[in-house]
Amino acid sequence: MSDLISLLAETWAYLLANSARFFELLREHLTLVFVSEALAIIVAVPLGIAATRNDRVNSIVSGFGNVAQTVPTLAVIALAFPILGLGFLPSVVGLFAYSLLPILTNTIAGIESVSDSTVDAARGMGMTDWEILRKVRLPLALPVIFAGIRTSVVLNVGSAYLAFFIGGGGLGVWVIGGIKLFSTTQLLAGAIPGALLAITLDGLLGLAQRRLGTETASDRTAAAA
Amino acid sequence: MIQFDNVHKQYSDGTQAVNGLSFEVEEGTTTVLVGPSGCGKTTTMQLVNRLEEPTEGTVYYDGTDIQELPATELRRQIGYVIQDIGLFDHMTIAENVATVPELKGWDDDRTDERVDELLDLMGLPPEEYRESYPGELSGGQQQRVGVARALAAGPDVMLMDEPFGALDPITRENLQDEFLDIQEEIETTIIFVTHDINEALKMGDKIAMMNDGELVQYDTPAAMLEAPATKFVEDFIGPDRTLKQLRVLQVSEIMRTEVPDEHRDVVDAFDPADTVMADGGELIPVTPTDSAQVALSRCIQAGVRALPVVEDATVIGVVTEEDIRGYHADEIEATSE
Repeated sequence: MSDLISLLAETWAYLLANSARFFELLREHLTLVFVSEALAIIVAVPLGIAATRNDRVNSIVSGFGNVAQTVPTLAVIALAFPILGLGFLPSVVGLFAYSLLPILTNTIAGIESVSDSTVDAARGMGMTDWEILRKVRLPLALPVIFAGIRTSVVLNVGSAYLAFFIGGGGLGVWVIGGIKLFSTTQLLAGAIPGALLAITLDGLLGLAQRRLGTETASDRTAAAA
Repeated sequence: MIQFDNVHKQYSDGTQAVNGLSFEVEEGTTTVLVGPSGCGKTTTMQLVNRLEEPTEGTVYYDGTDIQELPATELRRQIGYVIQDIGLFDHMTIAENVATVPELKGWDDDRTDERVDELLDLMGLPPEEYRESYPGELSGGQQQRVGVARALAAGPDVMLMDEPFGALDPITRENLQDEFLDIQEEIETTIIFVTHDINEALKMGDKIAMMNDGELVQYDTPAAMLEAPATKFVEDFIGPDRTLKQLRVLQVSEIMRTEVPDEHRDVVDAFDPADTVMADGGELIPVTPTDSAQVALSRCIQAGVRALPVVEDATVIGVVTEEDIRGYHADEIEATSE
């Protein structure tokens, strides 16, 4: 126990001593996460919508999705390397590819979970397909889509550690470096902030999601029951 | 108003849902499509707002082939109420009701006014329910909102697909009664789908009975009960056809304004102050709009052969058990002639 406390104290000291480097790595890490995540949202949500509107797109997307899920993160990043080389861009591409899936599956699930009767009523009242999507399907699917984004962000924070292997920077520099140098303090100085970052982002997105949730009646009824 | 001309509908899986349907729904009336599950009644209704397209034949709306009308425009002229209600759970009650006015681009003041008017009409005080969400309402209240939403833009035609089918019997009965009152005010042409013959008899000015995608009989409730066209119609109406006939027969049609001497006692015994017989018996008078079935039931209940007919606390005549029975006897004579 005292070993652990002294280890944490050493880690803290290491962080203070190297704070400039820490903030640089943290900034790199956050940039990787946010850029790749933003791209993933921009691509996955419309792709998910397209999949619900066209059976062929759906089978391609879910086929691709199921395969992609079995590929390890490191492999995705490693695959980006021979094509795009080293550095920030291939790292973002790798993380982007890995973040797509949870958003994509949740977008499809969210839109398909809107009940047929609701859609029938909307169509029967004279909404066009576009109006049904914009006014009915998307708002009702939003909490589910948002849950997908939340999962994706947390995965992304963890995966971004691997960017180090192809020169993407980030907190992985200290973690992998720490392992190689047998420096537990350096390893922890990279690992603990990452864990805290994941927990914090998850918590913030969770709050935002609840806020969305209270605007839908399904949550209201659940709360009332 | 709505005319079906030799309409066929075959689904892509080969099911023949509607087979050579020809009839006309008259303006301002309620036409009930009734029949067993799978008889094509819902498909027939959906042919009107182009949720289904006929594979053969033509449906006319106000004399125009509906294929020539843009589907979304057509649907915005037609109110639509379904059994599963289908309210938008993420919108408030007011937003739900405002759906079609908003699609039609009404200005906000006009829409707000209309929403309040309809919520009042449906017995949901706007100040209490405007900002509620569908999930906070009971099933009966939700369907009231469903009906209000369908009425919002003042449609010429309303399509109602088993609108009260998912409600408990008491709520259903209440909503049917309320809707009958509302219907008198709005003068909309209504096509109402149900599999419940009692609901059909109660709601319909005309009943179109369907079986296997074909129209078996199209008649007023009274005419259908009097003379079922086929064995199927007779079976669908059920073994208590005569009693059902009494239900669609109003007291005003069989009452006597001249009180015969032998029934003077029930009239004399009627005390408008407490609406029971002076001797304390359980005699409850009827009103002219009560059904003959109610009158007969009360005769049996009170053990009398006649009942006073009362309007505005005044006796305006009597209805006798003999006349109720006699009405049916006349019918038998009329049909055998």
